[in-house]
Amino acid sequence: MDRIFYTIFALFKFNLNKNLKTTIASLKRGQRALIKEITSDIIPLKLLEMGCLPGNEVELLQTAPFQCPMYLNVNGSHLAIRKEIAAQIEVQII
Amino acid sequence: MAKQVKVSLIGNPNTGKTSVFNLLTGLNQQVGNYPGITVEKKEGICKLSRGVKAHILDLPGTYSLNASSLDENVVIELLLNKNDKDFPDVAVVVSDVENLKRNLLLFTQIKDLDIPTILVINMADRMNRKGITLDIPVLEKELNTKIALVSARKKEGIDELKKLIESYALLPKSSCVNALSFAPEYFDRLQKAFPNQSLYKLWLVITQDVNFRKFNKQAIAIAPDFKIKSESELKRLQQKETIKRYQFINDVLKKGLIVDEKAATGMRAKLDRVLTHKFWGYFIFFAILLLIFQAIYDWSSYPMDMIDEAFAWLSEATKSALPAGPFVDLITEGIIPGLGGIVIFIPQIAFLFLFISILEESGYMSRVVFLMDRVMRRFGLSGKSVVPLVSGTACAIPAVMATRNIENWKERLITILVVPFTTCAARLPVYLIIIALVIPDEKVGWIFSYQSLTLMFLYFLGFGTAVGSAWLLNKILKIKSKSYFVIEMPGYKIPLFKNVVINVIEKTKAFVFGAGKIILAISIVLWVLASFGPNENFNNADQIVTNANTNLSQEEIDQKIASHKLEYSFIGYAGKAIEPIVAPLGYDWKIGIGIISSFAAREVFVGTLATIYSVGSDEEETIKNRMAAEVNPITGAPLFNLASGISLLLFYAFAMQCMSTLAIVKRETNSWKWPMAQLVFMSALAYAIALIAYQVLK
Repeated sequence: MDRIFYTIFALFKFNLNKNLKTTIASLKRGQRALIKEITSDIIPLKLLEMGCLPGNEVELLQTAPFQCPMYLNVNGSHLAIRKEIAAQIEVQII
Repeated sequence: MAKQVKVSLIGNPNTGKTSVFNLLTGLNQQVGNYPGITVEKKEGICKLSRGVKAHILDLPGTYSLNASSLDENVVIELLLNKNDKDFPDVAVVVSDVENLKRNLLLFTQIKDLDIPTILVINMADRMNRKGITLDIPVLEKELNTKIALVSARKKEGIDELKKLIESYALLPKSSCVNALSFAPEYFDRLQKAFPNQSLYKLWLVITQDVNFRKFNKQAIAIAPDFKIKSESELKRLQQKETIKRYQFINDVLKKGLIVDEKAATGMRAKLDRVLTHKFWGYFIFFAILLLIFQAIYDWSSYPMDMIDEAFAWLSEATKSALPAGPFVDLITEGIIPGLGGIVIFIPQIAFLFLFISILEESGYMSRVVFLMDRVMRRFGLSGKSVVPLVSGTACAIPAVMATRNIENWKERLITILVVPFTTCAARLPVYLIIIALVIPDEKVGWIFSYQSLTLMFLYFLGFGTAVGSAWLLNKILKIKSKSYFVIEMPGYKIPLFKNVVINVIEKTKAFVFGAGKIILAISIVLWVLASFGPNENFNNADQIVTNANTNLSQEEIDQKIASHKLEYSFIGYAGKAIEPIVAPLGYDWKIGIGIISSFAAREVFVGTLATIYSVGSDEEETIKNRMAAEVNPITGAPLFNLASGISLLLFYAFAMQCMSTLAIVKRETNSWKWPMAQLVFMSALAYAIALIAYQVLK
C-alpha cells in the first residue's frame, strides 16, 4: 500500500516538475508550443526582435546532432539557436 | 554641380537589399571600408531623372537599431549624426514580403528618427506562390509612409522607387507608433530633462553601446532630474518596447495583409528535411566541399597555366623589343613577374567566390552554419569557419577573404589567423620534390606507398595544427564579443546571376588592388636583392666563371654564371649570413636562400634551387638528381637525407612564407599587428619543430 502511494506521489511530482520546466529545449521534433513569459536576462534582445515573444507559437523543425543548435519556426520566422538559450525559454506544449 | 539626393538603404539581412542596391546602381558602385574598422562600405550613384542623381549608401544588414555588432553600430552611428556627410535625405527600408512582420520592426524604429522614409516591399514575385495579398493604401496610411512594391528578380517596381526617392521632400517625417508609451513616467522625465532632443534618440543614446561623439551617455547621466536605470532594468524596458512595436505591427498587418495558407507552397520544408539531415545533410555538404576544392585545385589550373605562359611571353617579348640595361631588367625580371604573381591568383579567387556567393544567395550557407556550429564551437571557431578552412587547402588568400561572412569578430579573427596552417597548393611542389628525395619509394601493404602516406600525413598535420591553434587562441585572446548565436534560416532562392557576378568582380578587385600593391613591392625588392651584389665577385661574374671553365659549352657557362651571380648577390650573402641559424636544422646556405625567397611565395623554392644548382630548367627530375648529389659541408654525407628532408618538410608545413597572405590579412584586419604576429609565431613554431625533428632523426 505504501509503495502504491509512493509511486503515485512520485509520478505526480514528476509531472509537476515537467510542467514547470517545459522549455524549447525539451520539445520534440515537429512539436508545437506557445511561448510563456520571458523572464531570463540571458535571453538576448535580438531573439525577441526576431519574433520570439510571449504568446507566439514555436515549432521545433530540426536539430543538429546532440540537439544543438535547434532549428525553429517562431511565429513565421525561421531561426536556429543554441540549446543553452533554448533551455531558458519556457513554453506550453499545444 | 547637379543635385544629389543622399539615400541610405537599410534592412534586415536576407531581404534582397543588395539586389535592390545592384539594380539601382548597376556596376556604378564602389566598395571600401569605414575608416578604422573592417566593415564594408558600399556606395553607388543612381540616375533618377534629368539632372537629378542619387548617392546611394548600402548600410550593413541589421535586424534592429539595438546594435550588437560593429556592422550594426555603423547604421546607428550614421542615423544619429546629422553632421555626417553621408546622413541621408531619405531612408529606404527594404523588407521581404514573406517576413514583413519581422522586417517592419526595424522600419518602425527608423520612422522614430524623423527621417523621411520609404518602405520597399521586395520579392513581390513570390506573393502569389505564398498566397499573400497586400492592401497597399491601407498599409501606407497605417505606417505613415510611401510603399514601393519591388521585385528585384523580375526588375519590377524600380522606376516607382526612383520616383519616390526623387520626391522625398513630400514624404511624412513623423513616427507611426508611440513605442515608448508603456512607461510614461520614466520617459516624461527624460524628455523634460532634455526638451530639445527627440525622445527616441535619447533612448537610443542611453541603451546603445556606441560612440556618439558629442552627445553621449555621460551627458545624460549628469542631468539633474533624471537617473539612468541599471542595465537589467533597461533591458526589461527594451523588451517592453519591442513587444509594444510588435503589437502595433500585428494590428497593422491584420488590416493590410492576408495570407492564404492553403495557397502557400514552398520547397523549404522538403529541402530542409534533406539538407539539414543528420546524415544526408553532412554528406551533401562534404560533396559540395569536394566540388569547391576540385574547382580551386584543378579547374583553375588551366587559366593559371595560361596566365603563367602569357606573362613569361610578355617578359620575353619586352626583353627582345627593348635595349638591354638594368632598367629593362627591372621591368622584365622584376615588375612583369611581380604582376604575374598577382594575376595568377585571380582564377582561384574568382572560383571560390563564385561558389560562396551561390551558396550565400541560395540560403544554403545558413544550413552549413547550423550543421557545423557545434563541432567548430569547441575550437573557438564558428560554423561559418568551415568554408575558409577547407578552401585554405587550395590557397589561403581567397580563404582569408571568405571569412568576411563570420559576424563575430573573435571567431573571424581566429579563423584568419589559423587558415595559413592548412596545406595550400603552393606547398605541394616543395613537398613533392622533397618526399621524392628522402622518403623511400616502397609500398606498405598492397596499395599505399610511404610517399603518399607522408603527403597525406602532411595534409592532416596542416588541418590539425589549424584547429589546435584555434583552440589555443580562443583561450588566449581576450576579445569581448557577444556570441549568443541566433541565426536566421532564410528561405531557399535561386541565386540572382547579377548579384553573383558583381560579388565575384568585387572580391577579385579587392584582392588585385588591396594585396596586389604589396606583392608587387616585395617582388621588386627580392629581384633587386638577387640582381645586385656588393662587390667585384658579383660584377665580374662573367669573367671569373669563363676563365675558370674554359672547356665548357656556352650554355653550361651561362648557367654557371647565373649560379655564381646568385651566390655573390645580396640575397646570396643573406643566405650565407643565416647559414649558422639554419645549420642546426640540417640546411646549408643554398637552402637558406631558398627559404628566404620562399617568403615571397613557397613555390619559388623549387625555382630558386634550380637557379642555385644551375640546372637551367625547372624540370623536377634534373633538380632532384642535382639535389641528391649535394653534400653537407659539415658532415660530408648527402645533404638531403631523411633527417634534413623531414625537417624541411615540417618547416614548410608550419612557416608563414607567403607575402600575399600577409598582405591580405593586413587588409582584412586593418592592421599590421595580426599579420606580423602570424609571421613571428608560425615561423618560430616551424623553426622549433624542424630543429627537434632534425636533431632527433640525425
